[in-house]
Order: sequence, then C-alpha cells, then structure tokens
Amino acid sequence: MTFIASREQHAMPSDEAASGRVKAIEVTDLVTHYGTRRILDGISLDIHEGEIMVIMGGSGSGKSTLLNHLLGLLRPTSGTVRMLGRDINRIKPMELHALRRKIGVAFQGGALFSSMTVGENIMLPLREHARLDENTMRIMARMKLEVVGLANFENMKPSELSGGMIKRAALARAVVMDPAILFCDEPSAGLDPVVASAVDDLILRLRDATGMTVVIVTHELESAFKIADRICVLDKGEILTVGTVAEVRDSPNGRIQNLLNRRTEEALIDPDEYLRRLTSDLL
Amino acid sequence: MGLALLAERVGRTTLNGVAEIGYAASLFGESLYWLVMGWRRHQPVRADAVIAQMMDVGIHAIPIVAVMAGTIGIMLAIQGIYTLRTFGAETRVVAGVALSVTREFAPLITGILVAGRSGSALAARLGSMRINQELDVLKVMGISPVRFLVVPVLIAGVVMMPALTFLADLTALGMAGVYVGFDLGMSFHAYVDQTINILRVSDILHGLVKSGIFAVLITLIGVANGSSVEGGAEGVGRATTRAVVQAISAIIVVDMIFVFAMTRQ
Repeated sequence: MTFIASREQHAMPSDEAASGRVKAIEVTDLVTHYGTRRILDGISLDIHEGEIMVIMGGSGSGKSTLLNHLLGLLRPTSGTVRMLGRDINRIKPMELHALRRKIGVAFQGGALFSSMTVGENIMLPLREHARLDENTMRIMARMKLEVVGLANFENMKPSELSGGMIKRAALARAVVMDPAILFCDEPSAGLDPVVASAVDDLILRLRDATGMTVVIVTHELESAFKIADRICVLDKGEILTVGTVAEVRDSPNGRIQNLLNRRTEEALIDPDEYLRRLTSDLL
Repeated sequence: MGLALLAERVGRTTLNGVAEIGYAASLFGESLYWLVMGWRRHQPVRADAVIAQMMDVGIHAIPIVAVMAGTIGIMLAIQGIYTLRTFGAETRVVAGVALSVTREFAPLITGILVAGRSGSALAARLGSMRINQELDVLKVMGISPVRFLVVPVLIAGVVMMPALTFLADLTALGMAGVYVGFDLGMSFHAYVDQTINILRVSDILHGLVKSGIFAVLITLIGVANGSSVEGGAEGVGRATTRAVVQAISAIIVVDMIFVFAMTRQ
C-alpha cells in the first residue's frame, strides 16, 4: 500500500504530456556495433529533468551498452547523445570532464576503490573538484553515509562490506556532489528482497529530496515497477516501448509481455536450418 | 592457405604492436599535459599520491636492489680478476668494475628489478581496476585516470629510479672493493682512490639518465598492459606477465640504442 501511495505522489505524466519538459538527456538515432555485430539499432530516447527513467531488458538486450553511451564511455557508430544540452561525443575532452562533474554513477559492482576506506571513496569527488577544507568534506561524506544508512562504516575498507552495503556506499559516492543526473546500473541486482527494496526506497528519497534526474538500468521487474516514472524496454538493440509503468504493463506487444512474464520466445525451427547451424563449420 | 594465415597473423601482430606503441606515446603526452596544465585546471597531481608511489617504487625496493647490486659487484670483480690474470693485469679490475657498474650494470639491474616489482604491480593494479570498473568511475567522475593514476607513478619512477641506480652504484662498487681487497690484498682506501680517479661525472650521469628513461618505459608499458585487460582474473595475469616481459625487453633494447648513441663519437 505504501508503494501505491508513493507512486501516486510521484506519478509523472506520460510521454506525450511530458514532451514540454526540459530534456536532461536526448538520444537520437543511436547505432553502435561491437566489431561487425550491431548492438544498438537506431535508439531514440528523451529523459526529462527530475524523472526516474528505468531502462529495462533481458540479457543481451543492449541496456548496458546504452548506459555506457549515455556516460560517454563508448562512441557510437552513428547518432547523438545530448546530456544537459551538450552533445557528449562532439564536445572537447575538457568540456566532457566538466560535464561529468554534474553526473553521478553507481555501477553494478559498486566500483569502490579497494585501496581507500569507504569515507575516502565518498570524499574523492569532493577532494578532486570542490575546494573545501578536510573537515567540511568529512562532514559532507558523513551526511551522505547517514542518508544511505552507513553512518558507522566510514573507516572500513570496501572488502569488509556486504554486497548491499557496497551498493549503498557507491550510491553515497555518486550523489556526494549533488549531481543533476544520477545513473544506477542494476542497483538491486543480487541483493536479498529486503535490502533491494531498501535501495529502491533510497533512490526514490534521493530524487524527491534533490529533484535530480535518475536513469536506472535493470532487469529486476519488481524494482523497475516500484521506482520508475517511465520505463524504456529494450530488446535486441531496439526500443520496444517507452511509457509509464501502467502503459508498459498493459502493452499488447508480445515481446514485452514475454519479458514481463519471464517467458522465452519460442520460434518454430526449421529442421534443415537447425542441422546446417550445427554442422556448417564441420563439413 | 597456411602462408596466407601466417601473413595475416604477422600483419595483425605488427599492427597491434604499432597501436600499442602509439597508445604508450599518447599516454606519455597526456601525462606531460597533466603534469604541466593540472595546476592551471585546478586538477593538480596530488603530492601525497606521488609520495606513496615513491615509497612503493623506491624506498621499498632498496633492500632487493642493494643485495642484487652488491652481488653483481662481487661477480664482476671475480670475473674481472679471472680474465685479467691471463695478462697479469689483475689490478686493472678496478677500472673495469667502476666503468661497467656505473655505465651499465647498475642501471640495468635496477631497471630489471623495478620492472619485476613495480611494472608488474602497476599492470595488475590497473587491470583489476579496469575489471572492477574503477577506471570507468574515475572517467565519469570527471577525473582523468592518467592524472590520477599514471602521473604519480611516472614522477615517482623518474625520481626514484636514478636514486636507486646511484645506490646500486655505491653498493656494487663497495662490494667489489671488498672482494678486490680480499683477493688482491688491495686496501679499501686505495681501491676507492683508484675508482674516484677513473670515474668521470659523465660516467655516472650516463647510468642515471638511462635509468630515468627506463622508468618511463616501465611505467608506460605497465599502464598500457593494465588498462587494456580483458577476460577477468586470467586477463590480469596475462597482462602482468606481458608487462614484465615487454618492459625488460624494452629496457635492454633501449639500453643498446642509448649506449650506441652516447659512446660512438
């Protein structure tokens, strides 16, 4: 019941109604290849300021590749990615550095620096980009650790934390600079349901408190339905649909329903084609 | 068919080699950029990171460098006396040891030891960081991985390698002096006097400059291998091995080129 109340409170308008809002991220006709294999095929997607967009899809759907493009870690074959009004593949490296200070990222494995304590990890962006004295940085790091429920873990090494704690610490580091856009890669994957739900609640609280745009890549349906304002469903490098939770749930598209209901696609297999696939390189 | 495959493999390997050299060169250029421009962009290279690397590359390597250099010094003295005895010129061993240690053996043995210790550690560290997405995190935080990770190691190497080489000079010459005294009955004082008379400052600088170049090679090769790791823990192991083999090979080849360029007038 709490979840329903929360969704009503934070409900975002559907795609059409949202079109008048400022775009935090604008992806246009994005095509990318790994070698000769096409991974993303003409992706176009707008993410508006202040919304939580969940990018969802099965394994190999291209969602992690799309995230890497949004972060500017990969260069596309064609198409553009505009973040906060700037084309991230065409701006100068120094401008990209500056732009990246306005984003926070929590990677799937946390990616905390193992040589640093949790507190040092969280202070790192402040140390590098903000001209603050040591005590101020320490207080800010402690505040973020309080928010994620890790108040007493400042001096511990990442290797001493559990999976859920690492994800929360990574989230604290991602938001320490109060970014305009927060990216989370599989924030609740591999966590037990209680911890996963706590991480989801945390993301919702952070968005509500700061108004930041949040982009989440996940294949966890429950988590996606709980926190998304809109969901983008990817399959085989294409967008199947972008819409609110209700729109995605009620989609008549068979591939979306397969994904939601965890059904595999069963295509009829031609016996001759099957035999050729198995033996083509042996004969 | 076999020939075509061989040609393709050779071509591919050559291209990869050229690409790796190009990548290392761009790393060096970017390192120099951050070293000079970091202050202006309010992203300076952190002194504490440089000091930590100096401890790791330099201070912690002192025992092994001293032991190995001392051993090399004694070995050179033994071989020198054995060879020169044929001509009845055993006392000339002092000149042979002094010049070969300062110009060749001290920088070479220090380079090989640092490549084995720090080059491999650097490749393994960066490889693990790449696998754990720590390098990606730095990039998306707007922190240049080159400034944050590479430049401190480069500075530490360029400062500490010549210092270690100088230590190796002293240790090797000292231990050689002890052996010469034992074998030929020459007093240590007389040995030191002879050594000082023979050596010119340029001989010592020759070794120190070379060791600075070796430091750059070890760092760039370690970084290039570590930051291109693919394939999990196995990939890290492969990159570490490659980094050590490539660094030692590069040290020996560059040493030969340097000696050729500097000794042929």
